[in-house]
Amino acid sequence: MPGSSDPGFDTLALHAGAAPDPATGARAVPIHLTTSFVFDSSEHAASLFNMERSGHVYSRISNPTNAVLEERVAALEGGSGAIATASGQAALFLAIATLAGAGSHVVASTALYGGSHNLLSYTLRRFGIETRFVKPADIDGWRAAIRPNTRLLFGETLGNPGLDVLDIPTVSAIAHEAGLPLLVDSTFTTPWLMKPFEHGADLVFHSATKFLSGHGTVIGGVLVDSGLFDWQRSGRFPELTEPYAGFHGMVFSEESTVAAFLLRARREGLRDFGACMSPHTAWLILQGIETLPLRMARHVENTRKVVAFLAGHAMVGRVGYPELEDHPSHELAQRLLPRGCGSVFSFDLKGSRKQGQAFIEALKIFSHLANVGDCRSLVIHPASTTHFRMDDVALAAAGITPGTIRLSIGLEDADDLIDDLKRAFKVAEKTS
Amino acid sequence: MKLQVQGREAYAYTGGKPFDRALPCVVFIHGASHDHSGWTLLARWFAHHGHGVLAVDLPGHMRSAGPLLPDVEALAGWIWALLDAAGVERAALVGHSMGSLIALQAAALAPDRTTHLALISASYPMKVSDALLATAREAPQRAMAMVNAWSIGTHASKPGYPGPGNWLHGSNLALMRRVQAGTPDANVFLHDFDTCNRYAGGLEAAARVTCPVTMILGRADQMTPPRAARDITAALKARVVDISSGHLQPAEAPDATLAALRAALT
Repeated sequence: MPGSSDPGFDTLALHAGAAPDPATGARAVPIHLTTSFVFDSSEHAASLFNMERSGHVYSRISNPTNAVLEERVAALEGGSGAIATASGQAALFLAIATLAGAGSHVVASTALYGGSHNLLSYTLRRFGIETRFVKPADIDGWRAAIRPNTRLLFGETLGNPGLDVLDIPTVSAIAHEAGLPLLVDSTFTTPWLMKPFEHGADLVFHSATKFLSGHGTVIGGVLVDSGLFDWQRSGRFPELTEPYAGFHGMVFSEESTVAAFLLRARREGLRDFGACMSPHTAWLILQGIETLPLRMARHVENTRKVVAFLAGHAMVGRVGYPELEDHPSHELAQRLLPRGCGSVFSFDLKGSRKQGQAFIEALKIFSHLANVGDCRSLVIHPASTTHFRMDDVALAAAGITPGTIRLSIGLEDADDLIDDLKRAFKVAEKTS
Repeated sequence: MKLQVQGREAYAYTGGKPFDRALPCVVFIHGASHDHSGWTLLARWFAHHGHGVLAVDLPGHMRSAGPLLPDVEALAGWIWALLDAAGVERAALVGHSMGSLIALQAAALAPDRTTHLALISASYPMKVSDALLATAREAPQRAMAMVNAWSIGTHASKPGYPGPGNWLHGSNLALMRRVQAGTPDANVFLHDFDTCNRYAGGLEAAARVTCPVTMILGRADQMTPPRAARDITAALKARVVDISSGHLQPAEAPDATLAALRAALT
C-alpha cells in the first residue's frame, strides 16, 4: 500500500502489521497459540539466538500474533516498535526496569492511576528506585525534582481521576534538557485522541485492557518507543550504551540506533521478568483495535451528552471534564486534545457518603466495577476502591474527594444513560 | 570500532565481534540518511561466519564525525582510507542505495583490492526528482515522510527488523530523523539525495571493475526500480538476484537478502 504518504489512521487500524497468511491464505490475523517455533537447522537456531537473523524462538520473547499487535499499535502511535505485555502495569514496570535500577530516581505526576502510584510509592522503593511526585501543572516542580540519578519523567495524558491534561510539550522539553526521556501513560486517550510522540514524549504505554481492546474481555498492555530519544548522547543510560554481559556483550545502542530500548526491554525484560501476553489476548485486542476509530468517536459523542446533563443537575457539585471551561486543564485540552477528552471522567455528588452509595446502587445500565474503557458504561467510587490505599493527603493531591464518582461512558444510547443517571439521582435524593 | 580516517573519527560496527583483519573483510555501506544500523543482522551473520565486518557510518552520519563529504567520488576514497586505517588490504564491498554508488566507485578506484561487489537496491543513474529535492530543501521532514512511504513495499514486513514487533515505517522514519538531528549544522537528507542525483561516473566506474558483481534488486522497489538498473547491470556484467521486497531489502526481507548476499560473496 505504499503511496506518497502513509495511510490514514483508520486504514492502519485494520492493516498495519498484517497481511494474508502466506501459508494458508487466511485474511484475518491467525492466532499462533504455540510456545515455540521449529528451527530449520542447527545453524538457523544459533543465528536466531545470536540476533544474526530475525524471527521467533519462544513465545515469551516474541510471537507472530503478538508481533502484529505490536506493529499495529506502534503504527497508530507513530512509533518505531512496541512490546505487548501481560498488563498495563507490566508495561509500566518493563519501561522503568529497562531504564532504572537500585539507586535510580523517577519524577512522576501525582495524578496517576492508583496501581501506578502503588508501584512507584511502595514496590519500586523496595527495590531501591525512588520517586518524587509532582503536580502535573507544576512546571517548575518537574524541573526542580530532577536529580543526577533521575532516569525518566512519567505522567498520564489525562491524569487519573481528575483528568489533568499533561503538558507534554513543556514537560518533554524539561526532560530533554536534562537528557531524560518522558514516559506517558496514554490509556485514557488512545492514539485516536492524541499521539504523545507528536508532542515530544519518548515512550508511551497503554493498558490495552481499556479502549484498545474495548470490550472488557482481556488484560493486556503495550509499550511503544518513538525511536527518537538519543540514549548515546544522554550519557545516563549505560544499560543501553555499554556492553550487556547478560546478552552476548551486546551494546544495544550500537545494534540499533532507533530500537535500542525495545531490544533491551525484550531481550532482558520479557526474558527475565516474563510478563508476556498470550497470543489469544493479542488477537482479541487486535479485534478491538480494528474498530477503535469508530468506538472512540462514539465514546466521545456520548460523553459530551452525559457531561452536559450532569453539569446542569442540582445534585452535582463539579464535573471534571476538560472540555468544560471551569476545568483547570481546559486550555491545554483545547490545544492537545481537539478531538475530545475521552470518556472517563469524575463528578462530585452533593450529599452524604450514604447518598453516594445509594446513587451507585440505583444505576441499572452503568455497571459498578473497577475498570474503564469498556464498550459498556461503568461507574466506581474511587475513594473506596481504586485509590483506597491512598491517605487523605494523597487523595487530595490527586484531586479526589469522598464524594467523587467516576464514570466510564460506553457505547449505549446516550438517552438511556442519561435516564439511568436521572433515576439514580432521584433515589439518592430520597436517601437520608 | 572507532578509527581515525582522514584526520577525523570514524565509526564502523563490527557485527558483535572484535574486528579481525586477518579474516576476509566485508564492508557494508549504508544509503541516504541512514547509518550502520540498517545492516546489523547481516553484519552479525557474516561476523560470526568467518568474516571481518566493517559496517560504516559515513562522515557526518551519526557516530562518524563530519563534515559531510561532497560527492560519491570523495566517499569512495574515504572507504579505502578507512580500510587503510583498519589495516585491510582487500575487501568485499556491499552497498545499499546511495551506498551502492559509493561501493561501485570504490571498486573502480581500487579494483585490485576489491574481492566482490554486491549492490543492493541499486540503479544508475540514481536520479532524484527536482520536486523531491526542493521539498528536501524547504521541508525535510515532509520529504522524509514521502521517501519513507515510497521505500517500503508492504505494511507487514516479516519477521521484523531488527526483530519482531518493530514497525518498519516508524523505525525507518525515526532513523532518518535521528540522522538529520545528529548533524544539526547540515541538511543531511538533502545532501545525500543530491549526492545520488549528481553522480555521473557510474558507467566509467563499471568499466574498471574486475571482481564478481551481484545486483540484489527488490521487485516492489519504487525508489530504485529494477528497470532503472538494466544499463549498469549490463555494464558490470552482473549477476542479478531479484527478491520480493521494496527498497529497504535488508530490513524488509532480511532472510532473502542474506541468502542472496551469501551467494554473492562466496
